[in-house]
Amino acid sequence: MSQIGPVLVDGVIYSAWLFIAAVGLTLVYGVMKILNVTHGSFYALGAYAGASLTGAWLAKGYPPMLSYAVLLAGALLATLVVAPAIERGLLRFMYAKDEVVILLVTYALFLILEDAIKLVWGVNPYFVAEPYALLGSFEVGGLKYPTYNLILVGLALALAAGLAWVLRGTRVGKLLSAVIHDPDMSRALGVNVDRFYLVTFTLGCFLAALGGSFTSPTVSVVPGLGVDVIVLSFAVVVIGGLGSLPGAALGAVIVGLVRSLSVHYLPQVELFVIYSVMALVLAFRPRGLFGLAEPRRI
Amino acid sequence: MSRDRTPQLLAAILTAVVMGGLALPQWLLFILTIACAQGLVVLGLNLLIRAGLVSFGQALFYCIGAYTAGGLSRAFGISDLFVQMAAGTATAALAAFVLGFLLARYRGIFFGLLSLALSMIFYGLIVKSETLGSTDGFNLAKATLLGMRPGEEWLRFAVLVAAASATLLAAFLTHRYLRTPLGRLGPAIKDNEIRVEYMGASVRYAIHVNYVIAAALAGAGGALAANTVGHIDPEMAYWTTSGEFVFIAVLSGTGSVLAPFLGALIFGAIHTVAFDLSPYTWQMSMGIVLLAAIAFLPDGLWSLFARRKTA
Amino acid sequence: MPAILDAQGLNKTFGAVTAAQGVSAAIEKDSVVGLIGTNGAGKTTFINMITGYLKPDSGSIRYEGRDITPLPPRDISRLGICRSFQIPQLYSSLTVRENMRVALGVLLHNAGLGGFFSLGRPNVPGHGAPADEVADHILERFGLSAYRDRNAQVLPGGMRKLLDIALTMAAKPRVLLLDEPTSGVSAEEKFGIMELIMQAVKAEGATVIFVEHDMEVVSRFAGRVLAFYDGRIIADGPPQAALRDPEVQRYVVGTLNA
Repeated sequence: MSQIGPVLVDGVIYSAWLFIAAVGLTLVYGVMKILNVTHGSFYALGAYAGASLTGAWLAKGYPPMLSYAVLLAGALLATLVVAPAIERGLLRFMYAKDEVVILLVTYALFLILEDAIKLVWGVNPYFVAEPYALLGSFEVGGLKYPTYNLILVGLALALAAGLAWVLRGTRVGKLLSAVIHDPDMSRALGVNVDRFYLVTFTLGCFLAALGGSFTSPTVSVVPGLGVDVIVLSFAVVVIGGLGSLPGAALGAVIVGLVRSLSVHYLPQVELFVIYSVMALVLAFRPRGLFGLAEPRRI
Repeated sequence: MSRDRTPQLLAAILTAVVMGGLALPQWLLFILTIACAQGLVVLGLNLLIRAGLVSFGQALFYCIGAYTAGGLSRAFGISDLFVQMAAGTATAALAAFVLGFLLARYRGIFFGLLSLALSMIFYGLIVKSETLGSTDGFNLAKATLLGMRPGEEWLRFAVLVAAASATLLAAFLTHRYLRTPLGRLGPAIKDNEIRVEYMGASVRYAIHVNYVIAAALAGAGGALAANTVGHIDPEMAYWTTSGEFVFIAVLSGTGSVLAPFLGALIFGAIHTVAFDLSPYTWQMSMGIVLLAAIAFLPDGLWSLFARRKTA
Repeated sequence: MPAILDAQGLNKTFGAVTAAQGVSAAIEKDSVVGLIGTNGAGKTTFINMITGYLKPDSGSIRYEGRDITPLPPRDISRLGICRSFQIPQLYSSLTVRENMRVALGVLLHNAGLGGFFSLGRPNVPGHGAPADEVADHILERFGLSAYRDRNAQVLPGGMRKLLDIALTMAAKPRVLLLDEPTSGVSAEEKFGIMELIMQAVKAEGATVIFVEHDMEVVSRFAGRVLAFYDGRIIADGPPQAALRDPEVQRYVVGTLNA
């Protein structure tokens, strides 16, 4: 089948994007048992910050090749301004409450942030395509692909490798395992659990912002960007297993491939199939394909 | 326990609507009708919440009801409000009967996620359907009531009276259900599921029943909304719609069958006022209200009225 | 004498822990049996298997000749075998009266009464009066009337125990399994509670199996004692005999001069 090549390439690219977009969500859930709806807001924040900062950077005539660093900086800045404030200012008072209540709190924050973004950046679309256009395209099997997509793939791989290394290979990572396993015990043993939560939450949101920022050169950044991303991220992490990083990767690959197959062969079923996979996983293996979370199921 | 005044309250409200409705402006009649529709959905959602299950997918049944009404209007030219609501109720209940076998086995966040997934599946189906108008959806003809087509000036009032009647009837029936042995099991299931089983009751059966009733009510609400707005689109199945219902539920509390309607009214009021003040900050206002409700009124607005002796 | 409940060869292990080894006992109708043994000896596991919460790895349990081993707690309860709990299992956010209404409601529901389409106030099966009257009556019997409208959560320890037992007995079970009915209760109250239970049981006629650590209570109320140790039954007989058994003295009562 001559279509297999493009299907796979598209699948890989989309999977990379999904992984970057969703991995922060599963990280925060794994450590803090919070399904963070503001994850979508941070994706949007990153997109807006990245796009507007890069736009300003380019307008000032600074070197376009450095715009990638600007995208990164934009995501980082937006996260550092908002995430710690949310965690320290509100979320940490809610940790004792029920999972669903915390989710509703993050949903309320999501609503607030949606409008906060509008207040800061207005409602007109931002389209800063230079970082994307700059790299041109390459050919595979007679079809042209934007070289920019390789950055996404590279970023995804770097993130996966980096997170894996931190969690398995460093002392911090091992402490994190302890905190995940038993926060009270860890606290009693002198681990600064509060700081772990703050850092984890900020990191998770930063990863979302990074995803938004590095996607912004390829889309028109408009209000409501985060709304679709959050529910799609839910699907990815549920399929892979809430709290599992390899799960996020697997979930991203599955959803990416499914989407690519659908787009190429039967576009009408794209969303239907993605969420059907999510439902099927929940029906037959609720903990996800690599899941650590114990599903509450009778 | 204080004497149950709910039936009298329901009757009083209906009377007030019928008598006072003529004096209200059109836009307010519209908002009140939508509040009935949303209230119906949340009335059902509350049954699940009482049992400890927060569904993030009631929009599925709301949308099924809406598209049933739409289908009747478009394919068969049936625009009778009562017929549409009855049909919406039936299709949603049937869907929930089937899905309930799966869903009744889930708890906590997994129940929420699965209900969400199911609603998004439906969304995925209709949003890509050309025949159903893709993202645009399609329109419905104006309502007829029991074979009569009200004049333009009377339409909104007539629809509101019809809606209020159906809604208050539904509330009364739900109230009655909550006083049956099965209806009483909700809070018990939430508190101690194992004890319920040890008493000889099937928790799964009770949840299944509640799920079907909740869906039926949501289907009725969806059909009503479709008829009132005159337009349906896939957004009605989207997660944000489910989120709105949960929002209203949090606002209302589960203390009474009247609570969801109070919550829906307040929600509508805040939405209107906030949107008028500034279209770019109404969501923020909602978010702040939700946080305040969670923080200060964990049992919802109704807890301000209820005189429950607790400790 | 007919055995209403017959456990044969029950075995149950949880990993390295042997909770039951060849546990066999035929319980006679209307008898009062005390289960004694240290914590972890297998008494609660025994009750859990009878009531369907745990499935034995092997062995069978028969109720009036019928094999009930695979049945879940709900079905076993409906057959007339009910239990109370070591740690009272209540509906904490409901009032005491509402707790009782739930229990009575289940009886109505299982009999097909009091549903959505029924009119009037049906009598609760076995009680001959509508649910609200029966609830108040039972609560009064158990001395809980004063707490009727208070949340179960705020009840003092002894009252929680009583409510738990009252909820169990509301179903008028044929076989009543009580897991430490007098634990967490002051010494003076222990006998009072057991008297209360035995009186209520006498009126209906039921088989009682209760777990107890207080040997005086056991001697006073039990007609037969099953002593557990390490998942096995090490003694089986009238209290006077069982409590003097050397192994029981050693492993259960805790005296060293066996």
